[in-house]
Amino acid sequence: MSAAIELKRLCVATRDHRLLLDNISLALERETTTAILGRSGSGKTTLLRTVNCTVEPTSGEVVVNGADARQLDLITLRRGMGYVIQEAGLFPHFTVARNVAIVLEAMGRPLREREMRSAELLASVGLDPAVFARRYPHQLSGGQRQRVSVARALAADPGILLMDEPFGALDPLTRAEMQDMLRVLLARLGKTVLLVTHDLDEALYLADRIVLIDQGKLIADLAPDSFMQSQRPEVQAYVRAYRRGEPRTSNVAASQEGHG
Amino acid sequence: MTAFLSQYGASIATLTMEHLWLTGAAMLFATCIAVPAGIGLTRSQRLAKPVMAVANVLQTIPSLAMFGFLLPLPWIGDRAARIAIMALIAYALLPILRNTYAGIRGIDRSVIEVSRAIGLTDMQRLIKIELPLAAPFILAGLRTATVTCIGVATIAAAVGAGGLGELIFRGVASVDNRLVLAGAVPAAALALLADGALGLLERRLKPPAAEGTGL
Repeated sequence: MSAAIELKRLCVATRDHRLLLDNISLALERETTTAILGRSGSGKTTLLRTVNCTVEPTSGEVVVNGADARQLDLITLRRGMGYVIQEAGLFPHFTVARNVAIVLEAMGRPLREREMRSAELLASVGLDPAVFARRYPHQLSGGQRQRVSVARALAADPGILLMDEPFGALDPLTRAEMQDMLRVLLARLGKTVLLVTHDLDEALYLADRIVLIDQGKLIADLAPDSFMQSQRPEVQAYVRAYRRGEPRTSNVAASQEGHG
Repeated sequence: MTAFLSQYGASIATLTMEHLWLTGAAMLFATCIAVPAGIGLTRSQRLAKPVMAVANVLQTIPSLAMFGFLLPLPWIGDRAARIAIMALIAYALLPILRNTYAGIRGIDRSVIEVSRAIGLTDMQRLIKIELPLAAPFILAGLRTATVTCIGVATIAAAVGAGGLGELIFRGVASVDNRLVLAGAVPAAALALLADGALGLLERRLKPPAAEGTGL
């Protein structure tokens, strides 16, 4: 199987020579979901942005479908990648329907096709087009906005989806609903997904592979099972933080007994 | 009062039209210069400060002095109206420039980021995203500039460019308050009218209610 996206010895530095990404090599297999895990400021988002060339690498290569990204037409490359970010980034002056179909509109597709496609996509993310198509983003809840954002990312049927903490700002219940929806959708559509998250739970639930980065360096690149078993201290720190909630109830009970 | 109006009515009407022409022409030129310039400044940030500073300085020149400065410029020709329009353009530039720049710069970063990331071309981003979102600001700039221009244009009579200022100057010279008012009241009315009309348009430019299929 050939990789949909390959990052080769990728470095990104700021103007004052601070390394945001430090020699990252990574291959994303077709139709798999890879979670990039790391704390805030670890370089996750920068990594994601090198893939659609909104951040230019200082050195190294981004290879998309076997071709050096620098040789490709930027606009075509970006239209071939769905993009979802944390606060949805919907266009506030467009209706939901127009937001969903904006990439098709930019590609000059006819109105009829855009209408059909946006209705179909809204339905597939669980929003009734008859109710939502004509609304504006400010009339939606956070979860609904994020659904629209996912529908927009799928509009041009791209092979690749880039998701930057897509559900990070949602409450836990809504987030779980969104994760369920995404999982079903991805199983059906078969996309190569790069999912940036700081939530190990989300990574375990959605990803085939978990890549941990810290201070711009790749720390681990493992399947979810091996990730939980890993002996690397950075990975264990993450797993410990994730599991901290489990024994808490008994701790609280014990300390209350102590005080009593 | 009736006698006054029958004597001056025609000239009030003519001078009002002249006033409108001076202001309208100046606003047209100023918009054609300042809106593209404002967009340009958002693309090259380094120029923004110096250009804004120049526009600021233009704005602070007292209007009478501005007309005086322009008077001896040979390439302007001998038509007083052209001098007046030049001066008015100088005043109108700053509000339009500043609001265009600030309106586009003020758009939510994530919206701009997304429009790049999903593959809109620079032109599509400008036309579909930036200008519509900045439109209320740009229009507010036009509004300020128009009202300023209508006011400053009364001074244009000092260089013989006509407009309602002529009645005011004549009234002052002949100590006839009726003449002063005959110039000042229509000028004020024009300013209020322009302000109201542009204000209405500004509100219309906020996201409209969706019709049809929402596309």
